[in-house]
Amino acid sequence: MPEDFDNSSGLLEQVNQALQYATPLRIQGANSKLFLGRDVAGEVLDTRGHRGIVSYDPTELVITARCGTPLSELAHALEQAQQMLPCEPPSFGDATVGGMIASGLSGPRRPWSGSVRDYVLGTRVITGYGKHLRFGAEVMKNVAGYDLSRLMAGSYGSLGVITEVSLKVLPKPRQCLSISLAMDIDRALLRLAEWGQQPLPISAACHDGERLHLRLEGGEGSVAAAHERLGGELLNASFWADLNEQRVDFFDEGQPLWRLSLPNNTPALVLPGRQLIDWGGAQRWLKSDAEVSLIRAVVAEVGGHATCYSHGLVDSPFQPLPAALLRYQRNLKQQLDPQGIFNPGRLYAEL
Amino acid sequence: MNILYDERVDGVLPDVDKAALVHALHTRLPDLEVLHEREELKPYECDGLSAYRTTPLLVVLPRHLDEVQGVLRICHELRVPVVARGAGTGLSGGALPLEKGVLLVMARFNKILHIDPAARTARVQPGVRNLAISQAAAPFDLYYAPDPSSQIACSIGGNVAENAGGVHCLKYGLTVHNLLKIEVLTVDGEQLTLGSDALDSPGFDLLALFTGSEGMLGVITEVTVKLLPKPQTAKVLLAAFDSVEKAGRAVAEIIAAGIIPGGLEMMDNLAIRAAEDFIHAGYPVDAEAILLCELDGVEADVHDDCNRVRQVLEQAGATEVRQARDEAERVRFWAGRKNAFPAVGRLSPDYYCMDGTIPRRELPGVLQAIAALSAEYNLRVANVFHAGDGNMHPLILFDANQPGELDRAEALGGKILELCVKVGGSITGEHGVGREKINQMCAQFNSDELTLFHAVKAAFDPGGLLNPGKNIPTLHRCAEFGAMHVHMGQLPFPELERF
Repeated sequence: MPEDFDNSSGLLEQVNQALQYATPLRIQGANSKLFLGRDVAGEVLDTRGHRGIVSYDPTELVITARCGTPLSELAHALEQAQQMLPCEPPSFGDATVGGMIASGLSGPRRPWSGSVRDYVLGTRVITGYGKHLRFGAEVMKNVAGYDLSRLMAGSYGSLGVITEVSLKVLPKPRQCLSISLAMDIDRALLRLAEWGQQPLPISAACHDGERLHLRLEGGEGSVAAAHERLGGELLNASFWADLNEQRVDFFDEGQPLWRLSLPNNTPALVLPGRQLIDWGGAQRWLKSDAEVSLIRAVVAEVGGHATCYSHGLVDSPFQPLPAALLRYQRNLKQQLDPQGIFNPGRLYAEL
Repeated sequence: MNILYDERVDGVLPDVDKAALVHALHTRLPDLEVLHEREELKPYECDGLSAYRTTPLLVVLPRHLDEVQGVLRICHELRVPVVARGAGTGLSGGALPLEKGVLLVMARFNKILHIDPAARTARVQPGVRNLAISQAAAPFDLYYAPDPSSQIACSIGGNVAENAGGVHCLKYGLTVHNLLKIEVLTVDGEQLTLGSDALDSPGFDLLALFTGSEGMLGVITEVTVKLLPKPQTAKVLLAAFDSVEKAGRAVAEIIAAGIIPGGLEMMDNLAIRAAEDFIHAGYPVDAEAILLCELDGVEADVHDDCNRVRQVLEQAGATEVRQARDEAERVRFWAGRKNAFPAVGRLSPDYYCMDGTIPRRELPGVLQAIAALSAEYNLRVANVFHAGDGNMHPLILFDANQPGELDRAEALGGKILELCVKVGGSITGEHGVGREKINQMCAQFNSDELTLFHAVKAAFDPGGLLNPGKNIPTLHRCAEFGAMHVHMGQLPFPELERF
């Protein structure tokens, strides 16, 4: 295993050179999410040499790690203290901490626990002005200045190089039990809306077309009571990791893969192809040959957006933005990265 | 260094032709209520930070969205600064008016537009009070989690602008964690939707950026919040300690036991005595510190956790652990804490509330340093502390009628905040920077970091017309602030060696 190493000066030097010659940079960690977003033409800036957990005090509920630290290493350290990163970022093999923040992808617990962004407390960032700066801190509450740390989550490296991040972590629940119930999609969505209004310890909910899979997490008492009330067959807990890492059968076959992000109580969407419901209805996976325009229109109609997970299929994998919003996003990009060197075009051609 | 807007260090503001502005508003927005007589403006000259007052150029009280848009367009055309204000309960002067600016009061946008129990969301206008959302959701057994102590009066638009907190943040998060979507108007009146009814949106997360941006980037015109099912039950334990260190250690031990309380509050002896005198909550007045630990959730889990926490507290050296026997006693335990500010207010004609955050492990050292500063400045300090999330609220007692006391209180407050930064914390956990902590921003951020903040501002408001002077100091101000420290011959942290 490579050793912990502070390569921030190396990264800073590479950014400063790129600034000098206005060379675009393609920021990469393990490249585990290379398939997401648009292609970036640029010199590679590899973050993996800047790695290691900088500090972790379980009783403070904060862990700070450098961007090149593998998620598996983070998970291992947390596991030792019976803690976790509740948003369950997928590792897609060997993802790094920096890539986790840049993509902002969260796992099955997201609707109940919050997203990657919600666990960001502070970041260190190399900016488009060639400076290595610190925003946020290792404290739970901090409203000094603009929230640039949380802005970095999901920015796909387009606003700067995230070199270090402090994350809030939580104790693992004492009890975890997964169950599976036979019911059709419509009924499952109705039940989820109903259960969502009750204090049930549900922490994951997925419908595969035939069965509703639920994860119950909490104290012994609440999990046992919920299990008794809901019934169902026991499900192996590994299902959730398989779902999160896209290892379940649904993701196998060749049709293009889309991620639909929707209001949680959206009824079953009629689209060609197959669907898998996650996040209690708020995230739906679609395997479909349908036209891009059809998918986007159907999803926009219900207040959601669609991301294409099959690389190269469409020019804009992320749902196009309204003109005014795109203009302000471009203003922000130009202000924070005036030379346009950080992952240009990864999110949108204009950014 | 005075915190009222000073054009010399905060930037020159455009000169405004008041008559032309009033004329434009009357002509183009005939139904808009405009206040411009001196006595009408008086009630609007401060927010919750009442030690600082500025009479606004004029006050507008729109009732319709197109009026807000019209005001912004006119002010943009005529280059008039605009300060947005909700209920005016903010404690950091974020809505402090400008003599050369319009105060845009959003309080009349007070309608709850839609409660959707199936989606667990509430769509509301920005002037809706925080507590009113939970009240409207109550028939569905749902509630809005963030509960700043001003929740009966503060409005949700202000909560978003300040990223308001409360006593339940460790478990339930800040405002930013409980939002889905906001509608905003930009400085020139253009409408943007940030976030969505889904859990995420494509592009940069401007919802996160706007939350806590203190009205500097846009004006919030509608808010969609997440609602949660009400916890089945809530129990509270009160533990007394003979030292603050032991109480601090007990907090760490509770977390180490894998328990995240709904609320976890600490008070020191002065705060305990003040609260007990005022509320008669049954607090042990001879304790050096008390902890209030609330556990909420499903009945069976809460019961188990209460037992675990009791054990932890006893092992950590609590001299007494009491569980509220019934709901009435639980409410009484909390009443003492929730009224700690007014209770301390009875001890002294004035008090000044700080809002720093620190890593919890630094608590004993920071409290010692505060005690030393308190002696040095000859002002009493009572400490109440959101112990779960490291947010301190030292209350500095002073008498504004005594010459020099306000200045001394401010200087002491500034020292406390700089101390928080020094130990890895922040100058503000939930009250915001506003004007109050504008100088301490220079301690928390270096000039490169402040420059990047100004770049963010320029992306949305290049002319600097929205709430000028708040949140982010100019480099000029920081230069003078830094120079003043040296000039007075003080080391930045003379108290640190006492740790």
